[in-house]
Amino acid sequence: MSTIIRILDLAREYRMGDERIYALRGVTLDIRRNEYVAIMGPSGSGKSTMMNLLGCLDTPTAGEYWLNGEEVSRLSDDALARVRNREIGFVFQTFNLLPRATALQNVELPLVYAGVRARDRRDRAVAALERVGLGHRLEHRPNELSGGQRQRVAIARALVNQPSILLADEPTGNLDSVTSEEIMRVFADLHAAGQTVIMVTHESDIAAHAERAVVLRDGRVESDRLTRGAAA
Amino acid sequence: MRPLEAVRMALRTIRAQKLKSFFSLIGVLIGVTFLIAVVSIVQGMNRYMVERFANTLVGANTFELRQRPSITTGEVSDSVELEWRRRPRISYADADYVRARLTTPATFAKFCEDRVSVHYEGKVAKDIFLAGTDADYFAIRNYEITAGRAFTEQEVQTAQPVLVIGSELAEKLLPNVDPVGKTVQIGGLPYRVIGVVAKQGTLFGLSLDKFAVMPFSAQGRRLICPINILDALIVRTDNPTTMQRAMDETEALMRARRGLKPWQPNNFHFETAEGALGTWKKISRILFLALPGLVAISLVVGGIVIMNIMLMAVSERTREIGIRKALGARRRDILAQFVVESATLSGAGALLGIGFGLGLAFVVKAVTPLPAAVAPWSMLVGVALGVSVGIAAGVYPATRASRLDPIVALRAE
Repeated sequence: MSTIIRILDLAREYRMGDERIYALRGVTLDIRRNEYVAIMGPSGSGKSTMMNLLGCLDTPTAGEYWLNGEEVSRLSDDALARVRNREIGFVFQTFNLLPRATALQNVELPLVYAGVRARDRRDRAVAALERVGLGHRLEHRPNELSGGQRQRVAIARALVNQPSILLADEPTGNLDSVTSEEIMRVFADLHAAGQTVIMVTHESDIAAHAERAVVLRDGRVESDRLTRGAAA
Repeated sequence: MRPLEAVRMALRTIRAQKLKSFFSLIGVLIGVTFLIAVVSIVQGMNRYMVERFANTLVGANTFELRQRPSITTGEVSDSVELEWRRRPRISYADADYVRARLTTPATFAKFCEDRVSVHYEGKVAKDIFLAGTDADYFAIRNYEITAGRAFTEQEVQTAQPVLVIGSELAEKLLPNVDPVGKTVQIGGLPYRVIGVVAKQGTLFGLSLDKFAVMPFSAQGRRLICPINILDALIVRTDNPTTMQRAMDETEALMRARRGLKPWQPNNFHFETAEGALGTWKKISRILFLALPGLVAISLVVGGIVIMNIMLMAVSERTREIGIRKALGARRRDILAQFVVESATLSGAGALLGIGFGLGLAFVVKAVTPLPAAVAPWSMLVGVALGVSVGIAAGVYPATRASRLDPIVALRAE
């Protein structure tokens, strides 16, 4: 299987006054197409920084990041925006839906920035919502939806542009255990359909849904192994 | 992102926050209201002055040869007043002299006027303008006779005591009777009413129908002018060109007749509709000069208000900006979104302002005798100004929004 992400000696440091904080101290990692990877680690391990770098929201201070064959670690703001739009689908812990927009409008948003025409946009957004089982909730606003439904809208939004990777940041952090299982089933289905999924989490039972777990500690990879779920 | 998308987004946001949006665009609204209302009222006033004031007092294609201006607006200095008084008055002979020598075809009327009381069977009508004039006066003034007839040249030559009266005088003094044939008294002398003039309406709320016209030769002329003296010789031609020519000719004739040397100024005066508008034109010019200032001040204030509202919106919607950026919005997309939102907000203010301005103009029209003439250009200017102010006010907040770091923005509350 082909490599979709290649990270070479990736480092990120922050300056706080005179002090330098090393959030990532050289991480090397390959993720293949259609892998389902959990990135784990305690707080302060650098997993948020990792998530921001993988999501092209931030750029590294050293190292290389190849995403779908393109070196993206030195791109300009607008070029990164294009990469985020085309290659990455975000799912956040707090859903991050626009509160005043309907489910459909929320899902259409990445297509708006991709310059897709209104009619095509609607068709594709409806298809994405149907894929996550929300074909009957198109005109509902986020506050009219349950937590699980909101996260499904967010997943539909992440998928609508057919990104290379689905990047989920603690996707079940704001959900109860029943709903969490539900969302994990959606992820499993997407993975089964060929979607590359990267999930950042600190919960090991959620990480267990992935087939591979990368554990970070102090800005370095501590372990990188297949999970029990993958072995089964 | 497509441009229309930004407008749609902006309208959605504005609709979601109606009250806040309304307050934020009040400045622009007031500015544009000002613009529309002032322009409408001044233009209406202008038209009123031209159509009613000037043409009622003097008339189109008409000039009056007078000793001194009869319509003065504003202060007249003592020295000017003294000079006016020293001028010789216009005599019958002056009028006949000009009339006999003017080559431009024209209609003439000797004219004298003063306020008198008119009596009929114990009733009295005060403050009636009594004009002593020629038979052609009715044609010059475009007076339509609704009952009876005007007097003739013959009646002028034979100094008949006949009277043509205004409609209000007819209604007040001779109600419920046919005024034609009735005899009224002016200054103790009897006059026979032979005609009634059609209603002329009002000027600044004053009736234009409280008048009476008699032959200038009639017995009562001493009530209004000394013998052989006229207030004016009224001359009317067909069009503005011939009027100017007639006026130039008259000027030359009068200067020659009075033996004025080339360096001496005229010791007589021409009253024209144009001239009567002089002061008003000065006033309206000042209003039009002051208008941009007034409008500019409210638009600047409106722009500052909108800029603050937009800055608040950017900080309130930091998270939304983060989300949009995460989903692929470029800097220019965010910039466009907020600039368009600001321009749409301000443009909506301008549209409301146009509505308010028109409303104001029509209220003025309804409660005063002034008409409101809505100038289409002022509406275009209003919208253009509103949108420009919105764009100008939106650029800074939008730039700030577009430069937000998506990571920081996503973490915002």
